Amino acid sequence: MKHLSCVLALMVAVVLAGCGKPDFSDAEKQTIASLALSRLPPLKPDTTNRFADVPAAAALGSTLFFDLGMSRDGTVSCSTCHKIDRQFQDDLPQAVGVGHTNRRTMPLAGVARDPWFFWDGRRDSLWAQALTPLENPLEQAGNRAAYAHYIKARFGERYERIFGPLPDLSGTPLNASPLGTDAEKAAWNAMSGAQRDAINGVYANIGKAIAAFERSIEPTPTRFDRFALDLSTGAEPKGDAVFSKDEVLGLKLFVGKANCVTCHNGPRFTDNGFHNTGVPPVAGLPPDRGRIDAVRQVEADPFNCFGAFRDGDVSACGELRFLVKSAPELIRAYKTPSLRGAATRPPYMHAGQFSSLDEVVAHYAKAAPSVEGVSEVHPLELSDRERAALVAFLKTLSE
Amino acid sequence: MASLWRYLLAGLGLAALLAGILAVVYLTAPRSSRPAGPDVSRTKPTDNGLFVASFAPERGVVRLGELESWLLTLKTKAGAPVEGAAIAISGGMPQHNHGLPTSPQATDYLGDGRYRIEGLKFTMSGWWQLHFAISATAGSDTVLFNVVL
Repeated sequence: MKHLSCVLALMVAVVLAGCGKPDFSDAEKQTIASLALSRLPPLKPDTTNRFADVPAAAALGSTLFFDLGMSRDGTVSCSTCHKIDRQFQDDLPQAVGVGHTNRRTMPLAGVARDPWFFWDGRRDSLWAQALTPLENPLEQAGNRAAYAHYIKARFGERYERIFGPLPDLSGTPLNASPLGTDAEKAAWNAMSGAQRDAINGVYANIGKAIAAFERSIEPTPTRFDRFALDLSTGAEPKGDAVFSKDEVLGLKLFVGKANCVTCHNGPRFTDNGFHNTGVPPVAGLPPDRGRIDAVRQVEADPFNCFGAFRDGDVSACGELRFLVKSAPELIRAYKTPSLRGAATRPPYMHAGQFSSLDEVVAHYAKAAPSVEGVSEVHPLELSDRERAALVAFLKTLSE
Repeated sequence: MASLWRYLLAGLGLAALLAGILAVVYLTAPRSSRPAGPDVSRTKPTDNGLFVASFAPERGVVRLGELESWLLTLKTKAGAPVEGAAIAISGGMPQHNHGLPTSPQATDYLGDGRYRIEGLKFTMSGWWQLHFAISATAGSDTVLFNVVL
């Protein structure tokens, strides 16, 4: 009798153990391998910024990134929102600089690989992106003439060793910008074309230095990558590369039934595209229509790839050249964020709408219609266990 | 003694049930062979039969997430190259409710009926459609290519 119970228990144990072993189809294995960080290609040179891989430029960029002097009132730097010990983001639903913005701070790992910048892609290069918060009245709130004077006074020698001689700023107003206050705009308009070009040139180089620094911020391997490597080589996973049953289920759902991998693809878990996924607006924030309103902004930006401040030739401007300018699906479309490290940086979405991954998964399963435009997400039947499994898998991208 | 037999019988019954369930699970598991998808031929007559169109990546391979150039080759039914064609391109992913992530354009004529289509970008795997509206001296026609990645 006792023997029989033992035999039965053993049989059940063997069957259960068999079920617990990760069992992926060849197609699943191929998809999982495509997500591994080992598949991330080397960072391409940025020909629009000839200082992108100049160490002295990156060093100056790093100084500027953390320098509170790079703001109107000396209280805000890039690192105020892009916090070095918090994946270069700030854990807030909306970023707070000099004022309260309407968007979530994006983390920076792998940012130099993006074709478009900000949640709506309103800039087309990392160096053009870096210039935008500097003059945004809610972020660093400065103006480009003031930045040029500041660089000359504070970092003149370092600047000139990298970029060559600074222009003569003696006749240039201390505060002037085409985007500033009325007084700053008036001062800008009163300047000569040569003066404006000189200021814009220094300003563009500030962005190029900051971009050179940001190129060094790259994603690091996670438990998922160790698991994926073992899966692709057929090695027995060891230590933390062993996935729990829930993590395996979550991964299967991610690349299968839950369709997450449709947009969250490649080693960075993003297609670098813009999608309306029905994320609701936040009450009290200004109207936000996402990508559709960013098209005009990137086209009008004097620091875009077609502009006079690009280094290299125009062949680097493919993204801008073949930009989708008007399509209904641009309405309330936002960038697909990378999921690497996401589990440890709530809240989620472009204005921090969801405070946990459970809420994110619930949103995608429900697939509520968009307030404007059409959501690309379709409703999905997921059990409680499946939802928890998806979250469990996502956590392996943060460990 | 009788009770031991009863347990043994019950054990065998359970084992048989388990074997049955496992058999069903394994036999109904999805196969690797895919159901028939859309027509992915790279050469086909245009919708009204005016031209024969071929569409292929210029470098032979398709890379996800990269701007690419493809070649659209246009011939008449008799095999003569179609020159001076105006080409408009649209498309998207029919299963995802979205269009193309870029606006590809015919940027160059390479001779022999070959047109370079620049600015294509496939951002995800799945079923893509590319629709060409072609206008040449012989007339106007359209053609749709399916690209499954």
